[in-house]
Amino acid sequence: MSAAEARWHSVNLAVACFALDPASFGGISVRARVGPVRDRFEAGLKAALDGLPLRRMAPSMSDEALYGGLDLTATLETGALHRTHGLLDLPGTLLMPMAERVEPGLAARLATALDQHEDLSLVAFDEGAEPGERTPSALLDRLALHIDLTEHGLSDAPDLEINAAALAEARAGLSKVKVAPEAVAEIVTVAARLGVDSLRAPLLALAVARASAALSGAEQVEEPDLLLAVELVLAPRATQMPEQAEDHADDTPPPPPSESTPEDQPDTEPSVDEFPTDILLEAARAMIPVDLLARLAAGKVNRTPSGLGSGAKRTGNRRGRPLPPRAGKLGGGARLDLVATLRTAAPWQTIRRKLTGDATRIHVRASDLRIRRYQEASDRAIIFVVDASGSSAMARLAEAKGAVELLLAEAYARRDHVALVAFRGEGSDVLLPPTRSLVQTKRRLSSLPGGGGTPLASGLKAALELAGLARGKGMTPSIALLTDGRANVDLSGAANRAQAAEDATTMARFLRSEGVPGLVIDTGLRPTKGLDGLAQEMGAPYLPLPRADGRSLSRAVDAALTP
Amino acid sequence: MKDMKRPGPFPFSAIVGQDEMKRAMVLTAIDGGIGGVLVFGDRGTGKSTAVRGLAALLPEIDAVAGCPVNSEFVSDVPDWVTLLDANTVAKPTPVIDLPLGATEDRVVGALDIEKALTKGEKAFEPGLLARANRGYLYIDEVNLLEDHIVDLLLDVAQSGQNVVEREGLSIRHAARFVLVGSGNPEEGELRPQLLDRFGLSVEVESPKDLDVRIDVIRRRDAYDRDALSFCADWDGADAELRARIVDARKRLPTVEADDAIIRDCATLCVALGSDGLRGELTLLRAARALAAFDGDAEVSRKHLRLVAPSALRHRLRRDPLDEAGSTTRVMRVVEEVLG
Repeated sequence: MSAAEARWHSVNLAVACFALDPASFGGISVRARVGPVRDRFEAGLKAALDGLPLRRMAPSMSDEALYGGLDLTATLETGALHRTHGLLDLPGTLLMPMAERVEPGLAARLATALDQHEDLSLVAFDEGAEPGERTPSALLDRLALHIDLTEHGLSDAPDLEINAAALAEARAGLSKVKVAPEAVAEIVTVAARLGVDSLRAPLLALAVARASAALSGAEQVEEPDLLLAVELVLAPRATQMPEQAEDHADDTPPPPPSESTPEDQPDTEPSVDEFPTDILLEAARAMIPVDLLARLAAGKVNRTPSGLGSGAKRTGNRRGRPLPPRAGKLGGGARLDLVATLRTAAPWQTIRRKLTGDATRIHVRASDLRIRRYQEASDRAIIFVVDASGSSAMARLAEAKGAVELLLAEAYARRDHVALVAFRGEGSDVLLPPTRSLVQTKRRLSSLPGGGGTPLASGLKAALELAGLARGKGMTPSIALLTDGRANVDLSGAANRAQAAEDATTMARFLRSEGVPGLVIDTGLRPTKGLDGLAQEMGAPYLPLPRADGRSLSRAVDAALTP
Repeated sequence: MKDMKRPGPFPFSAIVGQDEMKRAMVLTAIDGGIGGVLVFGDRGTGKSTAVRGLAALLPEIDAVAGCPVNSEFVSDVPDWVTLLDANTVAKPTPVIDLPLGATEDRVVGALDIEKALTKGEKAFEPGLLARANRGYLYIDEVNLLEDHIVDLLLDVAQSGQNVVEREGLSIRHAARFVLVGSGNPEEGELRPQLLDRFGLSVEVESPKDLDVRIDVIRRRDAYDRDALSFCADWDGADAELRARIVDARKRLPTVEADDAIIRDCATLCVALGSDGLRGELTLLRAARALAAFDGDAEVSRKHLRLVAPSALRHRLRRDPLDEAGSTTRVMRVVEEVLG
């Protein structure tokens, strides 16, 4: 069997396992774009589920569609209470395309539903293109099987082999499958070595191992079953290569008082003879997704609070994505949601008609009014912090100026504000407060001074103050630092290299704790020592960009600060 | 899991580790006045499991059978209720879920639509707050809750009363509940106003020790395989804990706290720079509940030391220049003050 065939075989097994008892696995996360391979997968899934309900949903669904609500038409017609069924009320498997676009709110609702309903499962199609574009982790954590179809060509993805009779037989045998205590220990150990923190993962892996054993008609979980569980459940969740596990465990101080650890080692080693950890780890190593490192980097950047400067969510009543309407008063630019208002008024009609004796008209009272609400992204404020010290200052400032003007040229469509801080000599200057005006920018930036020491901390401090101001005005600030040097002037303006570096680090940490996303661009010809460390302290990506011109600069900033 | 007999939730006593979380929940069961628990932490650490287990663990309450707000005496039943059954019965302590998608109407209660449409009667249909009275209100993913629902909860939690005013419907009823919130900080911060309302806050993380992890998986797996017999195995432990809680409730009013302890509370809060006096009060209450639970006659520094992190860590001002987490900061100050 070739590697591709083996992979497709695992996909086939995953679908078969899932079909045995969908709800116990939470579901499947499938990374795949729309295409014939995915169609084959879906067809196989349908065949395997064999009549169990499979319903499609959308990545942005209203609460009413999820939980059901008052069926007004039927209620009014019959005079008795009728409710519509929500998607989550009915048992079955939900099919979610474009799962990478699911909002945290919906993800949390689905996650709760998966936890609480014993007959609900979810198949999420993750169509993300970038490593950072992924199904929300609240959902991923609960979906046992993680499958990646992006590598499969159509030629090595034949129709899935689904044998309904064999599945029915395996389903009957599923509850009889036993798991040896060593196998449980094995799964947990492998999960820990792969850096899988969540305790749901090993449980789900056990469920998969059981299903796999049932499929092969066995009554006991054997090594191949564990291997499949590791491949489908644990390897895709890995956050570290297993080789590093040993050193990792050594150099981090063990958090709980660990007298037990030394005794454990000899204890666990002999007991796992039956299922050697190494074999499983070796298998896991081969199955860890190739883009693990890219994903880890993306995950790390994503961890910075408040996203990456795409603009924080804000609720308004004029524009943006519609939210459920709320009770409110008209005026102040609020718009009436007529349908919601009538829905609210409807149950009162019988009462009000009785009270007023007027049965001919619809009675609407002030308390029935419902106001439309929208969620919009707030404007971005990109603050450029430019190193104007040293010899190449003029060139760098010119580049920054070019980038600012290019960003502003598109600012109307993107709702970007741009600010510029330059630091040189003993301190920093705000050359341009946050603005969208191209004219003002051109005038202000016509002549720029350069040369002198590198007061990096002072520049960052000025940027932080600007960021605070921008936040106060309802914008979402982010900071792009352009430099090629190391800090050599401290906050007080004195030339003291050690103190300067310390101040710069402190300010970088400050920025991170304030949750201001950023980007560090190294304009030096060779990577500057220590600058990537500073970026890490800022919680910002580090981007070497030697000989950047305005165009590549604006593109880089735009790309880095747009999720 | 698919047993027809509907087994109970995962037993509270069977939860491995997570001692701080379990302790905080037990303390609120002893003294509801402590004011709720906030559990923040990683996914899959048993936050929800603990709350569900707690529901099954708590002793029953005496309540009027027909009362929608679980009143203890007939005289407490709100006047809008037509009491069909005035007998006092033992009900399980209510632990009510507040789902993220809950509408305002569902939370505070609203017009009974069926009666309004079919009979043209104005009647009140109690909401989640009514059902949670004298019990617990549990919000999973509390940091994703809509702002207007949060405001409403704060208001009710503060006053202990739920008031609904709408066109001839003027309803009020007692709504005293212990708020339990859980969430994952990576998905969003909580507003300081709401943070402050929680008496205790706990940070949970996945256990790092391999044996502990294996233990967790084994127990959970055993529960999933055969919940009935697993619950039966742990019945004894749960009953013992329940008895200790009931006992501690009785002993609570007699637990003494001398001036030195109160001074310690104040010194701790001043050293940490926590806003307002809520910190001191909660710290003292929690320490007293712990003393009652431990069977001690008076509050000692031992109790303070154990509850200080939960009672104070969410009340610190954010200090961006201090790298250490708030837990470490509290522990540091506790070391300095209490020695």
